[in-house]
Amino acid sequence: METVTQTIQGVPLNHYIILSAVIFSIGVMGVLIRRNAIVIFMSVELMLNAVNLLLTAFSAYRGDPAGQVFVFFIMALAAAEVAVGLAIIVMIYRNTNSTDINVLNRLKW
Amino acid sequence: MNALITISLLALFILYLGLFKAYKALLPVTLLGLAGAFALAVSEWNSFPTPIFSNMMLFDNFAIAFSGITIFTTFLVLLLSKGYFERISSNVAEYYALILFALAGIVLMVSYHNLSMLFIGIEIMSVSLYILAGIKKRDFSSNEAALKYFLMGAFSTGFLLFGVALLYGASGSFDLEGIRNYIVSTPKPSALLYTGIILILIGLCFKVGAAPFHFWTPDVYEGSPSLITAFMSTVVKTAGFAAFLRIMLNCFAPKQEFWIPVLVTIAALSLLIGNVTAVYQQHFKRMLAYSSISHAGYMLFCVIALDGSSDNALFVYAASYSVASIIAFGVLIILQRQTGNDSFDSFNGLSKKNPFLAFTLTIAMLSLAGIPLTAGFVGKFMMFTRTLATYHTYLVVFAVVNAVIAIFYYFRVIVAMYFKPEERTELIVPAYYKIVLAFSAVATILMGIYPHFIAGLI
Repeated sequence: METVTQTIQGVPLNHYIILSAVIFSIGVMGVLIRRNAIVIFMSVELMLNAVNLLLTAFSAYRGDPAGQVFVFFIMALAAAEVAVGLAIIVMIYRNTNSTDINVLNRLKW
Repeated sequence: MNALITISLLALFILYLGLFKAYKALLPVTLLGLAGAFALAVSEWNSFPTPIFSNMMLFDNFAIAFSGITIFTTFLVLLLSKGYFERISSNVAEYYALILFALAGIVLMVSYHNLSMLFIGIEIMSVSLYILAGIKKRDFSSNEAALKYFLMGAFSTGFLLFGVALLYGASGSFDLEGIRNYIVSTPKPSALLYTGIILILIGLCFKVGAAPFHFWTPDVYEGSPSLITAFMSTVVKTAGFAAFLRIMLNCFAPKQEFWIPVLVTIAALSLLIGNVTAVYQQHFKRMLAYSSISHAGYMLFCVIALDGSSDNALFVYAASYSVASIIAFGVLIILQRQTGNDSFDSFNGLSKKNPFLAFTLTIAMLSLAGIPLTAGFVGKFMMFTRTLATYHTYLVVFAVVNAVIAIFYYFRVIVAMYFKPEERTELIVPAYYKIVLAFSAVATILMGIYPHFIAGLI
């Protein structure tokens, strides 16, 4: 464990922050631009994983386990969300034979 | 504290009742359990002034007051659910259990003292709601509502979490007290802190449906089954604002000069977009969805004028908004079920055939519009005076103009019911609905006439 922490600390903290911010932004752009429900969903997961990476980096730098425990919470709850989310997408696919969110336009003002 | 445990165990118990096909017992047991949870929550008044469970939770009077009001509103919503879920599917136990799980998450959301608990509470609530929004599996708009709610909910959780991670990077703590100490003790905090605050604000504004993060609200509220919409627009909204106020009050208060301009913009946008768009709606349910956006704007006022009595103002506003919305949704469910339509025209002549329905709905609309002698007036009054006290005069003037616009669309329903005669058949009002509607109407009037009962509670 010590060596892992040291290896993580071998890279400056700013690099982790920039990397996470870039991954997070890619996720946000994916949600906003892509039209396929499953790809949007993957982009959301990308956002969450950027958060995980950032928390781990901060945690290693501070020598504080709280950040890593939070990562476990995020993983567990993201898994629960995936289960429900995929079920919803399957439900939509059964009714429309498509996962394109452009078919979802019944509700408009 | 015990309320949270009771609700979680109750949900599991309800699942077992469903397994053993005791369908008749589901609703009574749920209501009984909720009444017990409410009593347990109230009995802990003043008993936990300091954080418990290694500083994870704080069951202070704030938490108890908001747990109490959310549990109570859920109770009213469930009273309306008599015979509702049976029309959708034969597996009704799961729906009751899901509502209870969502309520457990909500109790967590109003009593957290650590950002991990906030995240877990929001997720428990949201995941249950994603399913509840889509319980009409064959209904296209219900599907669409579930998917939109799910994608937007997960998206906003991402923002919230990134904000939490940045706050952790800046302060080294997830604890509200720890972060506050860092903010107070560091004269020049790092940029991570400011970015973190903004991202958390964005995430929470998504959850409470404040403009410009409101675009999912109308679609989700319209597409979901009406009973679930009632739950979302009352209980979930109250919980979202309680969580919002708690983090602002206990954590970010020393950095007011930084986030107040942001929140003032968001509140003004919510008022404007909510009210102006609601004027153009032709359907009652969608109008209520937009009006909920504008009420989110009013409720943000208590965060803008932040001090020790913000929680009281939010409590009164949330209570008045919840009971009035319950009436509106109760009437909406009856109307939708028996006429299959919820446009404003379908209210024509309601006062002749169903004077009771028309009268309670009138009280609800008056309260939502903020007419004196109803609870809604007291709520708005408290928000406005507090905002004036902090010299946000321009915001209050803007809000009053918006309140006048709001009167237009709320009174449209009243005018349709009383002044547009039309031949129609009488709507059948089940006894449960009568109880809930009568109780909510009386509560609205009582809170309007004797506001000091609840105004100084917390």
